[in-house]
Amino acid sequence: MFKSLAPPEYLATIDREKCIRCKRCIQNCGWGVYSWGGDKVLINTSKCVKCLRCYHYCPEEAIEIVDNPTRFKQNAYWGYNHLRNIKRQAETGGIPLTGMGSDLPYTILFDSLLIDACQVTNPSIDPLREPMELRTYLGKKPSSVEFEKGRDGKLKLKTKMPPQLKLSLPIIFSPMSFGSISLNAQKVLAIAAKECGILMNTGEGGLHEDLFPYRDNIIVQVASGRFGVNPDYLNAGVAVEIKIGQGAKPGIGGHLPGEKIPLEVARARMIPVGTDAISPAPQHDIYSIEDLRQLIYAIKEATNYKPVSVKIAAVHNVAAIASGIVRAGADIVYLDGFRGGTGAAPSIIRDHLGIPIEHAIAAVDDRLRQEGIRNEASIIAAGGIRSSADAAKAIALGADAVAIATAALITMGCTTCGKCYTGNCSWGITTQRPELTARLDPEVYAERLINLIHAWEHELKEILGALGINAIESLRGNRERLRGVGLDTQILDILGVKPAGR
Amino acid sequence: MNHDYQKDISGCGLTGLISRKRRRIGGADIVKSLCLMTDRGNGLGAGYAAYGIYPEFKDFYAFHIMFDEPSVRWTLEEYLKNNYHIEKIEEIPTSPVKAIPIAPLLVRYFVTPLRDKMAGDIQEADFVVNTVMKVNSEIEGAYIFSSGKNMGAFKGVGNPRDIAEFFRIEEYEGWTWTAHTRFPTNTPGWWGGAHPFTLLDWSIVHNGEISSYGINKRYLEMFGYKLTLLTDTEVAAYMLDLLIRRQGLDIPSACLVLAAPFWKKIDSLPEGEREALTALRQTYGSALLNGPFSILFGHSKGLVGINDRIKLRPLVAATKDDVTYMASEESAIRAICPAPDKVWAPRAGDPVIVNLED
Repeated sequence: MFKSLAPPEYLATIDREKCIRCKRCIQNCGWGVYSWGGDKVLINTSKCVKCLRCYHYCPEEAIEIVDNPTRFKQNAYWGYNHLRNIKRQAETGGIPLTGMGSDLPYTILFDSLLIDACQVTNPSIDPLREPMELRTYLGKKPSSVEFEKGRDGKLKLKTKMPPQLKLSLPIIFSPMSFGSISLNAQKVLAIAAKECGILMNTGEGGLHEDLFPYRDNIIVQVASGRFGVNPDYLNAGVAVEIKIGQGAKPGIGGHLPGEKIPLEVARARMIPVGTDAISPAPQHDIYSIEDLRQLIYAIKEATNYKPVSVKIAAVHNVAAIASGIVRAGADIVYLDGFRGGTGAAPSIIRDHLGIPIEHAIAAVDDRLRQEGIRNEASIIAAGGIRSSADAAKAIALGADAVAIATAALITMGCTTCGKCYTGNCSWGITTQRPELTARLDPEVYAERLINLIHAWEHELKEILGALGINAIESLRGNRERLRGVGLDTQILDILGVKPAGR
Repeated sequence: MNHDYQKDISGCGLTGLISRKRRRIGGADIVKSLCLMTDRGNGLGAGYAAYGIYPEFKDFYAFHIMFDEPSVRWTLEEYLKNNYHIEKIEEIPTSPVKAIPIAPLLVRYFVTPLRDKMAGDIQEADFVVNTVMKVNSEIEGAYIFSSGKNMGAFKGVGNPRDIAEFFRIEEYEGWTWTAHTRFPTNTPGWWGGAHPFTLLDWSIVHNGEISSYGINKRYLEMFGYKLTLLTDTEVAAYMLDLLIRRQGLDIPSACLVLAAPFWKKIDSLPEGEREALTALRQTYGSALLNGPFSILFGHSKGLVGINDRIKLRPLVAATKDDVTYMASEESAIRAICPAPDKVWAPRAGDPVIVNLED
């Protein structure tokens, strides 16, 4: 076979002295890097993606995965990925795919924002001793409420409140479909969402019957392929999300190849086994904002007025688009920044389209306030939330809650190798191969995800305490408590944040 | 750039009193009470507000206006004449005080809006609020620091005694008084920045630093308020105006917004009340004043004292006959009322609401 002119990215190596030939590496690798040569383990390093499953399961620490020192000549302009992609395209004529969010070194605004803390003039609050409230309600809020005095003199609500989604803390799981991830991975999300009092989202893959017990913690998604959508599905969760776009691939549809559509996936999506599941780029009944309004209200009618979320990719004109979405009747606007993850996207799209979530939150929150409609919808921010600090900054910029996916997958073993689209995930996450998915025990891994959410919950409380506030709503949109470091005047203006020192 | 402002921070002492029977009390008491709390101010701002002081003009809005330059006065008066009937113009009476060598020009106007200038079905109060917003944000060097009926604020840069002497506070008689001494930790020096802060018949004195200021400000801006002072007090005043005057909440409900009960408490209430308070917090989350504060707010019908939800600033209350006193320190009350009938420290977030008898 013609040897690829793109050298392998990684070298999988085995210390032969240490190796006891237990073959666990062969068993664990989903990529086929290792095979048995009769007396020793053979290595096909070109298949290695550095997911570290073999390393983790080698009992003798005999395995080392190193970046291939044999690289193209270093060139500040013609980067490694440029050469590699050109060579691969020359060989295949295709579009190189990728998974996860963009890893290119664009400026990360989260890392240029610092959070305030109290000293002297206002006391900080100790979250271990004082109540610290993270509870968040997503949904449309009235601009004012009316009461009537009950006969007992107590307040009685006169205003009819729109439906609200109650979260114990302002973090939810981003949509990931059954098909893009395994059912076991979805179960991990569902168990953790229930335990933590938050929400998971089906993505566009229908709802597997195993998730029915978690319906109080599930948002069901309707996207351009309409997979698995029927009246029961729309009513299966606590809210419905219309997916217009995804941060990692704005303006691009989805394509789940037939090889990844076994019986279970096919049933959940309501399509034949082994057929390609194609989500068109646009929704073909939504070519305008008025079309979106019709779908929002069709779904509300079908669900007896559950909250409807509209998910869009953060693009240049995101503020005006979000305003339109709110006026079209959405209860929640879900913004997905360009760093957002994906199961599969053309790398050229992922790395070059859209805008960062930080800009998008600021622009949308500003616009909705200018138009006096900020209360009409909640904002969920997603697309690269790496820590509770990112979450706190996103909320301070104006989001009601953040959504995380990559961070949740990392608790299941993911190392962000970015090869989700191959369906070979050795950790059993982004694969439907039964021998691989079986290794992701939902109960065991849910515990780890619950730990992560609880840890972030504690961290958020510490941040609030340092800020001297004891309710998350006092952080939301409170840009006064953020400062920018090394940002130019115009970016500070867009973010509505002062530079450090001011 | 709307975000690029320098917030005004200060510590303070406050005191207030009200005669439920509308007995008019001379200014000497409140001055004595305030002057006791020397440690709570640093001489960079003090002020007084009183209700019932202009009985002969009680149907007119009393605009107290300060001018950085005397020449601005003519621009302002031109604007006022076009929109209001002006019953009386006079300089606010002052006495020379050694410690206050420079003061802005201080003039008061008793006015009533011209009917034909009130377009559509705009309420009189909204018309006056719009005037205050417009003058304070657009006419540079002019600042309306009091705009209610039969009430007035008197404030400036100086210590409580000097400001009282300057404005001849002891010569006024009112049934409700509030007063404030400041300890600014930045940007001292502007007379408008002293308390009380007023809008229509609302007057606020405030001690504390509202840590939620950023979102409170942006929330108010959504409803058209222009926050020109950049103080927490201004936020509190406009918030009350929004909640009570514009959105029709009663005072106890407005207090439940400013110092919202914890979810734990709300969850434990019977269904009807739980539903009401849950909706209140969901709707007015951005109006919650989070961080340390004690506030006294006076209005034409009474006086209210309230603390933040975990009581990070002091507030003591006392009653004697028809008078209720509230102050940062008990000593400030006892200085003018040595033997109160009752003295207590209001619990965190629990408002003390005193209404005038009709």
